[in-house]
Amino acid sequence: MKKIKLLLVDDEENFVNTLSERLKMRDVPSRVVYSGEEALEAVQSDAPDVVVLDLRMPGIDGMEVLRKVRKSNPEVRVVILTGHGNEAIEEEVKKLGAFHYHKKPVEIDELLGTVKKAYRDKLDDAMVAATFAQAGAFDEAHDILNEDKD
Amino acid sequence: MFRAVFKRHLEGLSSSDVVVTPRVYRSLRRKITALMLITATLPLAIMAWLNYHEYQKALSREIQNPLRVIVNKSKNSFELFLAERTSAVGFIAQAYTFNELANEKDLARVLKILQTEYVGFVDLGLINDKGELVNYVGPYALKGHNYAEQTWFNEVRVKGRYISDVFMGFRKFPHVVVAVRHTLESGDPFIVRATLDTHQFDKIIASMGLEPGSDAFLLNRAGILQTSSQRFGKVLDTFSLPMPPPTFEATVLQQQDADGEDIFLAYTYFPESDFVLAAIKPKAQMLRTWYTVRGDLVFIFCAGVLIVFVASYKITDLLLRRMREAEEDRELALRQVEHAQKLSSIGRLAAGVAHEINNPLAVINEKTGLMRDLIGLREDFPDKERYLLLIDSVLKTVMRCRDITRRMLGFARRLDVSLEELDLNDVIFETSGFLTQEALHRKIELVLDLDHAAPRIVSDRGQLQQVFLNILNNALAAVPDGGHIEVRTRGEADGVVVEVRDNGCGMSKDTLSCIFEPFFTTKKTKGTGLGLSITYGIVKRLGGEIGVESEVDKGTAFTLRFPKHPKHEA
Repeated sequence: MKKIKLLLVDDEENFVNTLSERLKMRDVPSRVVYSGEEALEAVQSDAPDVVVLDLRMPGIDGMEVLRKVRKSNPEVRVVILTGHGNEAIEEEVKKLGAFHYHKKPVEIDELLGTVKKAYRDKLDDAMVAATFAQAGAFDEAHDILNEDKD
Repeated sequence: MFRAVFKRHLEGLSSSDVVVTPRVYRSLRRKITALMLITATLPLAIMAWLNYHEYQKALSREIQNPLRVIVNKSKNSFELFLAERTSAVGFIAQAYTFNELANEKDLARVLKILQTEYVGFVDLGLINDKGELVNYVGPYALKGHNYAEQTWFNEVRVKGRYISDVFMGFRKFPHVVVAVRHTLESGDPFIVRATLDTHQFDKIIASMGLEPGSDAFLLNRAGILQTSSQRFGKVLDTFSLPMPPPTFEATVLQQQDADGEDIFLAYTYFPESDFVLAAIKPKAQMLRTWYTVRGDLVFIFCAGVLIVFVASYKITDLLLRRMREAEEDRELALRQVEHAQKLSSIGRLAAGVAHEINNPLAVINEKTGLMRDLIGLREDFPDKERYLLLIDSVLKTVMRCRDITRRMLGFARRLDVSLEELDLNDVIFETSGFLTQEALHRKIELVLDLDHAAPRIVSDRGQLQQVFLNILNNALAAVPDGGHIEVRTRGEADGVVVEVRDNGCGMSKDTLSCIFEPFFTTKKTKGTGLGLSITYGIVKRLGGEIGVESEVDKGTAFTLRFPKHPKHEA
């Protein structure tokens, strides 16, 4: 399997660096950023497969990042990992298109499982999209031909 | 005044923070009863008192008026009698000449006619200007007697008429003298003098028709009896009471006679003579009527007071019972509001704490996890097993902390109640299903005694499950292996009652009083102390009630009551 491109976003450096180190030990390297602004940049420059996102951060918060990423890069899977949360927030992030919602603290293997699932989901989607793209190209050609007839 | 009294005694009730004890109620009852009694009986007493005096006055007037009238009438009779006799004598003095009257034969004839025409004449005499009794016919041998020195002679010479006081005369009968002066056109004046016996006085008095016990008599102004009296003795005895003040109007006095008896004394002075007519009526006669009236009055007053007393006691009783009920309701409501407020503020605090703790917990979790990863990778780490055990223990504790914060968040959140019509028996059956495994394992007998005729209720299935799970979990924790838990449902007209009874360790009174408080726990490390508090909150939210009874070493029984339809809560 191809290496997952993973982006970890959390203002709690102590936490996110350790998490990154532990994921790396499990063969999942990741890039770490500490704010919403950096996260948006990294999404644009790196095009990660999966983003693990904290909700409460200074500046642009996780909810905003989620909203923007889902808009600009809908193929990116976002996993929320937060200590501040309740059912209402969980509902909201799911509605905004988050792939999964984890509460801190979380077992590393559980989180890893979710990340891998998100990645597979993205690959599946990409495959379907590619299929549709081919079909779409065919349709488009068909349309153009019909247009010429008129 | 009443306002002040009310304020002083009743203000204890109006201030909300004063706990109203039975002692306060007793004193309040006394005060209200006394107050009502006073306000009701005071006007009654005043009215009774006024009536008493008005009646007394009216009655005494009723006695006095006839007395006054009869005295007036009799006085007129006396005056008429005396005026008649006087004018008869006056007529003789004018009709006859001195010489005619000086003739003994003529005078005897005149007396005879007088005695036939008028009752009471005894003798007749003629007195000349010098006071000599010139001629006399009658039982005494008075002829030649000179009256010049006597006061009555001078009086008749000056006034022309004279009526004497009564005196004892012939045959020991009381008599009165009437004298009239006649002045001749030529020559000296002369005086005709006649004596009357006083039988007629007695007749007039008898005609007054006084009741027995009453008395009437004639006095002169000096207080000498002129007629016999039943009370004060015979003619010419002295009247034993002081003479009343002179008045020509019939007047009634209230006084005591010589024996100390209360009497009415009606009297009048005669303008033309020295006589005073007096009538006496004992007060006791009047009092007989008065006593009857007074007896009625006293009876009505006492009956009134009794009725007022009973009524005020009953009303106070009712009032206080209502008051106490209201007080208890209010206290209960206050306690519930207090409890709800406590829950909600603790909920907010708990949520805040839980959130803030989750982040550091995550850091500990990751750092410790990394530690385990690192040690796990190193084959040659000294005491590797021991360190891994320690780290696992730390990680488990972190997870325990996480569970606690999650439960705290669960406590804080206010889930919307989603209502549906359901069979409570089903919910209990399903919920107990989660626990049968543990019960089986510990040989605990879990009995469901469900009333399938119980009505279906409108409630929230999920929340009901949480309620029963909590209570059954508590029961499981309380009973020893091989214990007994019984769940019984009972349908009622307006809902369903559920009873969960175990034969476990039970609770002390102190514990019992706190079990619905948040963060109260007896399980030390295993519980958060939120289970029953959450249960309580849910039951209340669903419009139900929850109660608990427990006895140490005997067991515990929770009684829950769910209505058919939850009332809408604000």
